[in-house]
Amino acid sequence: MRRLILRGLRDGLPIGVGYFAVAFSLGIVARQTGLTPIQGFVASMLNHASAGEYALYYQISARAAFWEIALVIMITNMRYLLMSTALSQRIPTETGLAGRIATGFCITDEIFALGIGYAGKLSLAYLGSAFILADLMWSAGTMAGIIAGNILPANVVSALSVAVFGMFLAIIMPPARENKVIAGLVAAAFACSFALNRLVSPETMSDGMKVIVLTVALSAAAAALFPVPDEKEGGTAHE
Amino acid sequence: MSNGQIWIAILVAAGVSLLVRVLPLTLIRKKITNRFLRSFLYYVPYATLAVMTFPAIIDAAGNPVAGIAALAVGGVLAWLRAGLFPVALASCVTVFLTEWLTRIG
Repeated sequence: MRRLILRGLRDGLPIGVGYFAVAFSLGIVARQTGLTPIQGFVASMLNHASAGEYALYYQISARAAFWEIALVIMITNMRYLLMSTALSQRIPTETGLAGRIATGFCITDEIFALGIGYAGKLSLAYLGSAFILADLMWSAGTMAGIIAGNILPANVVSALSVAVFGMFLAIIMPPARENKVIAGLVAAAFACSFALNRLVSPETMSDGMKVIVLTVALSAAAAALFPVPDEKEGGTAHE
Repeated sequence: MSNGQIWIAILVAAGVSLLVRVLPLTLIRKKITNRFLRSFLYYVPYATLAVMTFPAIIDAAGNPVAGIAALAVGGVLAWLRAGLFPVALASCVTVFLTEWLTRIG
């Protein structure tokens, strides 16, 4: 048990260092939408997903309805359904409800990757300790971004606020390079998003609804036209 | 949003993301076999991240030239597999330098 926890902390530390830097840029976004440092810390502790949290802050600044927020979070975090399904095959079958819920709460792209890389039946002590360390650094990074964002000059803040988009590009471009369908999907998404954003005003359709509608339409079209072969099903862990 | 509404938004998001993470682990004991559903879930992250990136990056950068430059530099570096942190940092530096250049130019 103690050995598993130590091993989890060891594997969680490098993930946490990366998280701190990325969460700092997320904190800049959170600060612009009016979150306090404590709210940023709590939001990061509980949500711990870069795209999902960006969507949350985006929705808050767009004054979206709560059901819209729920829908957007569900859509942006939908890949966790796949990861959760994959992990259900790897935990000991006798795992109880509490253990299953705890395992699910730990899921991020990187922690999922640790879980998949773990040889044998997945240990919650290992996965949980890696997650707790990484999540604390993620939350601390968000809080630091909100606090430091207040004392940074405007041109530095606008520069740092594109960091989150840099992250998104780093996630989608390498698979787009290897997979023409993903490359086409990304190009189509850019074009459609730009068109919808410029043609339809926020009063007619909220920015959050646009994200939902475009994501569902484009993903469904891609799935219908280019069904994924079996061997690619676990391949979404790129973040 | 008011402070109270922000807290509600945070808790709504937390509840939904917990459900998404936990439901398959607690309910689905077998693999998803429906090919369309599996393919749909496979494409979702790329579609949603791309939609959220553009044109939002232009508005976030403060001026369109800086936004386009950040998208180009970040896109190329990401294509070359530079990794999360280097791409994010390069995008920031690009916006900072472009804003500085367009101001003195």
